[in-house]
This record gives sequence, C-alpha cells and structure tokens, in this order.
Amino acid sequence: MGIKLINIIIKIGHPLAGFIINLGSMFRLLFEIIINILYPFKKFNLIIKEIYFCGVLSIIIISVSGWFVGMVLALQGYNVLQRFGSTGMVGSMVALSLLRELGPVLSAILFASRAGSGMTAEIGLMKATEQLDAMDVMAISPIKRIIAPKFIGGIFSVPILACLFNASGIIGGYFVSVIILKLDSGMFWSQMQSTVSFHNDIINGIIKSLVFGIAITLIAVFQGFMAKPTAEGVSRATTKTVVHSALVVLALDFVLTAFMF
Amino acid sequence: MRRITIDFLVGVFVLIGFAAIAFLTIQVANHSGMMSNNYKSYTLYANFNNIGSLNISAPVKVSGFNVGRVSNITLNQKTYQAQVTLQINDNYKFSSDSSAQILTTGLLGEQYIGLQSGADSEYLKDGDTISITSSALVLEDLIGKFMTNMSNK
Repeated sequence: MGIKLINIIIKIGHPLAGFIINLGSMFRLLFEIIINILYPFKKFNLIIKEIYFCGVLSIIIISVSGWFVGMVLALQGYNVLQRFGSTGMVGSMVALSLLRELGPVLSAILFASRAGSGMTAEIGLMKATEQLDAMDVMAISPIKRIIAPKFIGGIFSVPILACLFNASGIIGGYFVSVIILKLDSGMFWSQMQSTVSFHNDIINGIIKSLVFGIAITLIAVFQGFMAKPTAEGVSRATTKTVVHSALVVLALDFVLTAFMF
Repeated sequence: MRRITIDFLVGVFVLIGFAAIAFLTIQVANHSGMMSNNYKSYTLYANFNNIGSLNISAPVKVSGFNVGRVSNITLNQKTYQAQVTLQINDNYKFSSDSSAQILTTGLLGEQYIGLQSGADSEYLKDGDTISITSSALVLEDLIGKFMTNMSNK
C-alpha cells in the first residue's frame, strides 16, 4: 500500500517537477536574453539576417493562407447572413473576425511551423555539432551572438506578418463577396468601416500578435537550446516547438481576449 | 546571398508591413482613430424623447446618404430629453425647418439619424438645434401597446 502510494506520487511528481524545471530554465533564458538584448543592435546585420529568414521568407505562405481564410469567411458569412437578408454585414464580419482573432492566431501558428521550427533546428544542430561550445571557448557568448538576434528578429516579424495576413484576408473577402457573389462594394467597405475601430480592433490585434511573437520565439529558442545533442533530440525539439507554440498561442489568445474585449 | 540583396528584401518586407497597416487603418477602420474628421464639419443639436440604442459615431443620413456622424449624446437635466450632437459635413446645408428621426437599418440593424429637409429658405447654422424630432421606435414599447390594445378588445 505504502509503496503503491509512493509510486503514484513519483509518477505524478516526476513530470510535474520536470515541467516546473523547464519553465524555470525558460525564464532564466528569457532574462539572459533581456540582459543581452542591446548587443545585436550593435551588429545590426545579425538581426537583418534573422528578419530575412523568418519574415521575408514567410511572406508567401502568410499572404496566400490569409487570402484563402478571408475567402472562406466571406463565403460562409454570406451563406448564413443571406437568410436574414443582411448580406451587407459580410464585410464587417470578415474584417472583425480576421482582425480580432484569426489574423493574429493563424499567422502566429503558421509562423511557428514555418520559422519557429527552423530556428529550433538550427540552434539544436549547432548544439549537436558543438558549435555553441566552440563559441563559448572563443569567449563569444552564444546568447549574444545567436539567440538574441533570433529573438529580436522573430518579435519584429510576427506583427508585420499578422498585418499582412489581415490585409490579404480582407482583400480575399472582397474578392469573393464583390467579384464572385456580386455584393455591393460600397456596402462592403462602409459596413466594415462603421464597425471596425482603429484602437479596439487593429491595435489590439497587433498587441496580440506581438505577445504571440514573444512566446513563439522564446519557445523556439529555448527548445533549440535545450535539445539533446543528437539527431533524434533535434527532431524531438522541432516537434515540441510547433506543438507547444500552438498550444501556448491558443491559451494566450483566450487570456488576451478576456482582457481586451 | 549578398548582403545588399538581403537588406533590400528586408526593406521590402518592412514596407509591405507598413502598407498593410496603412490599408487596415485607412480602408478598413473608421477614421475615429488617427484621422478624426477628414472633412470640415459643423455642429447641430437635436433633442429626442427616446434615443433607443443610438450610439456615438452612428451615421447621420439624408435619404440614405451619409452626411455626418453622432459625436456626443448627453442628457438635458431640465427637460430630461437626450441631447444628441451631430457633426455634419460642411458641404451639405439643411433648411431651418428640417426634421430628425431615429431610424433602424433593417429589423435588427444599427440605429442611425435620418434628416429630412424642409422648405424654409434659411439654413441651419453651426450650433443650431433641430426642433422637429421623432424618437426611436422601441420594439418593446410597440409590443406593449399592442398587448394592451388586444386586451381591451
């Protein structure tokens, strides 16, 4: 009886302790990055390269998926709103659902799978091939040189990508509702303009995506940094980055929505 | 890849970001945020017995055409009427015997103010009050009246 109980406690306690330790070392990494946050700005080229890697190369996937999400929203909205004879609301429905929820969340999840996994794999492989240790030996801090630029580049890219997602989604919605379904274009824009407010919807959406960007890049960098230095370890870390980012983004989205709206 | 190419592409990326934000601000959002009143306007007042669920920034329309917005709603402490402040585009003038109604788009849509021009040759000036008003149709009141009428029969 006593041994069984102890076994149960161990079974629950061991993963729990591991989770708490992971959380702690993630925050340790975050503070180390914050302390060294100014260094990459002296070597601006490092940040530019990261923005190129995770921002510029994500433009196509973000804008195409935004376009399709906007088209689907317009089509579904049209089908439902048609019953109430208020198809003029399609525009504002598309814009509000994109700006408030879908834009920041979907672009963050796409970013995690497109750029976050790449970040983890790069850092993990550097660790597996002992490049990070070599840097340490040469008295170059890998946090300054590798991690902080990735962090800044990621945080900078995500809000821009979210805005791009929103804009192309709204244009996709316009395409479906005005060009395919022949709704009135003036109605589409004016209804949108009368319901969307700059401060409430657009700024809050950008703040959301900024928070998501911080969370995703922190997770990606942390998983890469903590990866076991083997091929399997790197692949595990990459998977973990995508899964954890998606979960954290969705959970944070709920919290932020509760605060904002 | 050469450094200058990367710089160029990152610059394009940032420009696209700004363009997206500008598109969202100008085309999608109403102009209350950064650009309040991009047209010159004058102020009119109208007193209503009941404004229903009229909001600030609701449109002011003349025969369906948007000519301004509701900028403020206050309660007149003496008459206990709601005083609605209207910002009307400077290009449009209305005769001094114009009337204002609170109307609803569709059965459940948002409420707006409909202006109806009169025949007087004098125009309403900045700060004038529209004297002829009719209140919002409150659906609950209407149903209540209907019910009492039914029970009297």
